[in-house]
Amino acid sequence: MNSPRNTLLLAAGLVLIAVAALFAKRSEVYLLTLTCVYLIATFGLNLTVGYAGQMSLGQAAFFGIGAYIAAIAMKAGVPFLAVVPLAAVACFVVGLALGFPALRVQHHYLAFATLGFNVLVFLIMRNEEKITGGTFGISAIPRPSFFGHELGGAVPFFYFTFVSLIIVASLLWWLLRSPWGRAFAALRDNPIRAESLGVNITAYTLLAFAIGAACAGIGGVYYASLVEFIEPGPFHFSTSLLMLLAVIVGGSGRFMGPVVGTVIIILLPEFLRSSNVEWLKFMQKWYLAFFGVAVIALMIWLPGGILSFADRFKVKETAK
Amino acid sequence: MGDFIQLVFSGTATGAIYALAALGFTLLWQAAGVINFAQGEFVMLPAFGMLFFMAMGAPMWLAFLLTCALSMLILGYGFKRIIVDPLIKHGVIPLVIATLGVSIAVKSIIRAGYSAEAHPFPSPFPDGQFALAGINVSYADVGTLVMAGMIVVVLQSFLNKTVTGRAMQAVAQNTDAARVLGINVKRMVLYVFLINAMLAVVAALLVAPTYLAKFDMGDSIGQKAFFAAIIGGFNQTRGALLGGVLIGILENVVGFYVSPAYKEGVALVLFLAVILFRPEGLLGKSEERKV
Repeated sequence: MNSPRNTLLLAAGLVLIAVAALFAKRSEVYLLTLTCVYLIATFGLNLTVGYAGQMSLGQAAFFGIGAYIAAIAMKAGVPFLAVVPLAAVACFVVGLALGFPALRVQHHYLAFATLGFNVLVFLIMRNEEKITGGTFGISAIPRPSFFGHELGGAVPFFYFTFVSLIIVASLLWWLLRSPWGRAFAALRDNPIRAESLGVNITAYTLLAFAIGAACAGIGGVYYASLVEFIEPGPFHFSTSLLMLLAVIVGGSGRFMGPVVGTVIIILLPEFLRSSNVEWLKFMQKWYLAFFGVAVIALMIWLPGGILSFADRFKVKETAK
Repeated sequence: MGDFIQLVFSGTATGAIYALAALGFTLLWQAAGVINFAQGEFVMLPAFGMLFFMAMGAPMWLAFLLTCALSMLILGYGFKRIIVDPLIKHGVIPLVIATLGVSIAVKSIIRAGYSAEAHPFPSPFPDGQFALAGINVSYADVGTLVMAGMIVVVLQSFLNKTVTGRAMQAVAQNTDAARVLGINVKRMVLYVFLINAMLAVVAALLVAPTYLAKFDMGDSIGQKAFFAAIIGGFNQTRGALLGGVLIGILENVVGFYVSPAYKEGVALVLFLAVILFRPEGLLGKSEERKV
């Protein structure tokens, strides 16, 4: 990632996607935007999972909290750019409140706490009809506009989301390069050593988790604005599970890991769904079953995720 | 007051089922250091297994025994050999992720390959209820309690009274010391996996008549099992029992007096309260962290 060649490749890839969006079909632009939206959440989750070494099974709950805040606030007339920090701060605070008791004990307790939290948030979304609309959800969520420029169209909203994703990713990149971010990696690799060097493990882990939650909240705001209608379904615990697996499958602790994983969980099933080829249609039904088996196989043979595949050869070469 | 006692009683019966799933979960954690996120699916699969054998014409007891054998072979031995053994050396997280993969795969295979519907499951106990000291008690609740209680008593006396059982406890407490004492650690760990697989079948037999057999029935029971294990104390088998029963009772009470819509949230709230005030669990002993 650090070499000039990689930076150039990344820039070329981003430009390519940006140009491709101009020529893509409307539905393809929608999917591209959806991928960007989920990426905001999974980039955040990678901070929790890959850098702080914690399992979070509640990312979809934060994603949903962000989406519902956006839906309710924007329908009340709050401008989009004010909703984004509002959702981020709300999820950050909820993340702190949830993470504090869980991380104080044993670190794998966070997985259970977030799992239960997701179940609870889902119940609230479904049952508190006065606020969330229950199973009917909230419809007619507006898209943002700036200085009189409506971003209602598929392509303008894609560019807006794309740029926002790049900003969020850059902030996370900068965070991880700072001395403060280095401490994350230290506590993942050897928590006891990190602690003896003066890193407050619990505080750092908690912050990593809360920042990850805030990213999910931001992603949720864009999600609500993209789909214009939200109901509890997409924020079920199973989405959290997929998000977590996306990070792991791509390669947790690798900055670009979530990109690979998110493309697999978001774009691949959509591709299968829209395909006309017979065996691909068959795959659509069995997609999750294959995915589950693939995750097991990956953990057995390549626990570092898909992006660690290249490293394997590097190690072998030096071993010779 | 009559209402309340009735709620507590039927809650205890439901809790006993949670406790069985939680017990297996705790045993796996103690003996092999495995956190099994597919525990719920380990209950769901035998439910479908028994339905399959009964559809083939087998009476319930035979279907139960056949499923027990199959479950011990696949969910016990197979799970250990294919997933746990190759992964345990990578550490806890890859193994946990793999069990999440198992959970997704098993659920999706049942849904795509068999059915997405909820299937009725015959109760092993007679219908109806009788009055006892002013409250209505159903035969199903009594049967569930008796059966779960028997399993627990048999399991506890096996663990405490027999040489094999004590060897298994030794492995759970200190694997290295157990090996030095000449205990066949690998075999003891295998026994734990087999016991877990069997407990799952019993839990399936007891839970499926009320919850129905469905591909995602494991979501709920799996979560209750984790929370019951932690609430009671992750390193105590008795803890899993207490945790399970506590969740069962509180769910019933909250469902009746507060709101049935939030029944599923009870376990989480109880869990958060426990880890805030008594992190080692109600009956657990705190563990020192090893460097």
